[in-house]
Amino acid sequence: MLHIHCPYCEEYREEEEFNVVGEAHIVRPTAPEELSDEQWASYLFFRKNPRGLHHEMWAHSHGCRKFFNMTRHTVTYQIMETYKMGLQPSIIAEDTK
Amino acid sequence: MQKYSGFGLLKHSMSHHENWQRVWRNPAPKKHYDVVIVGGGGHGLATAYYMAKEHGLTNIAVVEKGYLGGGNTARNTTIVRSNYLWDEAAHLYEHSLKLWEGLAQELNYNLMFSQRGVLNLGHSLQDMRDIERRVNANRLNGIDSQVLNNAQVQAKVPILDCSKNARYPVMGASWQARGGTARHDAVAWGFARAADALGVDLLQQTEVTGIRRKEGAVCGVETNRGFISANKVACVAAGNSSTLAKMVGIDLPLESHPLQAMVSEPIKPILDTVVMSNHVHGYLSQSDKGDLVIGAGIDSYLGYGQRGSFNVVEHTIAAIIEMFPIFSRVRLNRAWGGVVDTCPDACPIISKTHINGLYFNCGWGTGGFKATPGSGQVFAHTVAKDEPHPLAKAFNIDRFTSGKLIDEHGAAGVAH
Repeated sequence: MLHIHCPYCEEYREEEEFNVVGEAHIVRPTAPEELSDEQWASYLFFRKNPRGLHHEMWAHSHGCRKFFNMTRHTVTYQIMETYKMGLQPSIIAEDTK
Repeated sequence: MQKYSGFGLLKHSMSHHENWQRVWRNPAPKKHYDVVIVGGGGHGLATAYYMAKEHGLTNIAVVEKGYLGGGNTARNTTIVRSNYLWDEAAHLYEHSLKLWEGLAQELNYNLMFSQRGVLNLGHSLQDMRDIERRVNANRLNGIDSQVLNNAQVQAKVPILDCSKNARYPVMGASWQARGGTARHDAVAWGFARAADALGVDLLQQTEVTGIRRKEGAVCGVETNRGFISANKVACVAAGNSSTLAKMVGIDLPLESHPLQAMVSEPIKPILDTVVMSNHVHGYLSQSDKGDLVIGAGIDSYLGYGQRGSFNVVEHTIAAIIEMFPIFSRVRLNRAWGGVVDTCPDACPIISKTHINGLYFNCGWGTGGFKATPGSGQVFAHTVAKDEPHPLAKAFNIDRFTSGKLIDEHGAAGVAH
C-alpha cells in the first residue's frame, strides 16, 4: 500500500484515504470548437502511459478533500514528490509532451 | 507432432514416461520472417496458430521477452463467457466462445474447458434492470442468457448468502450456462504446441528493443538477440503495448494498471459454477485442484510492477466473505498481480496503424483471457490479409477520433 504525503495536510497518510484521478497537468482547451477531431480525441482519451516517472493527480478524498499532484515511478511505485495544485514538479518525467 | 491420446499415455507408461517428445522446439532466430508477432501470451500464440493454419503463413515467429504464457495468461482468473451488451462486443466474444467449444479437440491438448455456467449477481433494482437489458440483448444476438430470481440463484449455489439479512441482498442474477472456466496455462501451451507443429518459431527470452522502419513501412524488429527482419510486425503485448507503440511514435489510448488475483488453499469441491458480482465487486470459482480462484478490480493507479496494493486484496476478500460467509476461515495461499492495458471504452483495439505492416491487438483490459482464440483468429486475419476481419472492424483505433466507441463500461459487467 502506498504511503502518501498530502501537501495540504502536510502528513503521511495511507493510500486508502486517497483516490487517484489520472494524468496531471492536462489543460482543458479554451476553444474546443476550434479543435480538430484528432486534437479533441487526444484531450479526451489519449493519456501518457509511461514505464517510468509519471506526473499524476490525486485527491485526498477521505481527508482534506483537496486535489494535489504526485510524481511517481510506475514500475517501482516509488513516490518522488507530491506538490500542490498550480505548482510545477521539481523532478520532471522524461516523457513530457 | 506426437498426438496425445489415452493409448499414448499407456504406451509411455511402459517406459516410465521418459521418452515424451519435447512439446515445442527452441529454435535460433532466422534472419527473416514474413510476420513477427511480438508477445508470446495466449493471444500472440493463438494469432500465430491461426495465421499458420488458416492463412498458410508458416515463416513466422513469436518473440517473447520472458517465457511463453508468463504474463497475464498465467495471472488471470480463467473465466470464459460472452454475455456482453453491445452487438460488436457480443459478436466478438461469442465467436470466441464458439471456438473454445471445439478447441481442446482441435489442438489435441486438454484445456480443461469446463462450461460450468457463469452467474452475474444483481443486488439492487438498477442491477436487475441492467441485467434484464443485457440478457435481452444477448438473446437477440443468439447468446444463451437467462434472468434468474433469488430462489433460482439459491438453488444453483446453496452456499451463497441469498438471505434478506445480507448487507447487499441478492435479488437475482444473469446466467450464462455455456460460460465457464479453462485451464489458463494449458491454453498457452496448447496453442504454442500446435503453432510449433505448423512450423512457427517460438523465440523465448527475446526482447524487442526497437521497431525498424524503411520508407514508412515496417522492416523488422531490433531484439536483444539481434535484428530480425520482417514484412509485418504484429504487437500483442498487453500491458506493454504503449511501450512498443512509443518506439515508433504512435500514441495508444491505453493505461496500464495492476490487476490482482488470488487463490485459497485447496478445499473439497464446494462450488460448481462461476459467481461474479459487480456490486460488491468480487468474483470467484473453484479450480479442479480445489482452490478458490478470486479476483476483483484493478488498482486505480498506473503500474507496470505486476503487483498492487494490499487494500485492494482486502476489499476483494470482504466482498467474497459478504457473499459467501462460509469461506470466512479459508486461508489464502497466494496473491499476485498482472499488468492490464485498459481502454477508455473497456473494449480492445484490433487494428492496422498508419505505418504499413504494423498492427496492434491490445486494450483487452481486465477481460482478455476469454477472448484468446477469437482474438487470435480475427487478428491473424487482419494481419494476413491486411484488412480488418469483419468482427474486428468496429475495434479499429480510429473509433476514438470518430467517437464511435463501444461503451461496455458499466453496462455489461465491468468485472471479468
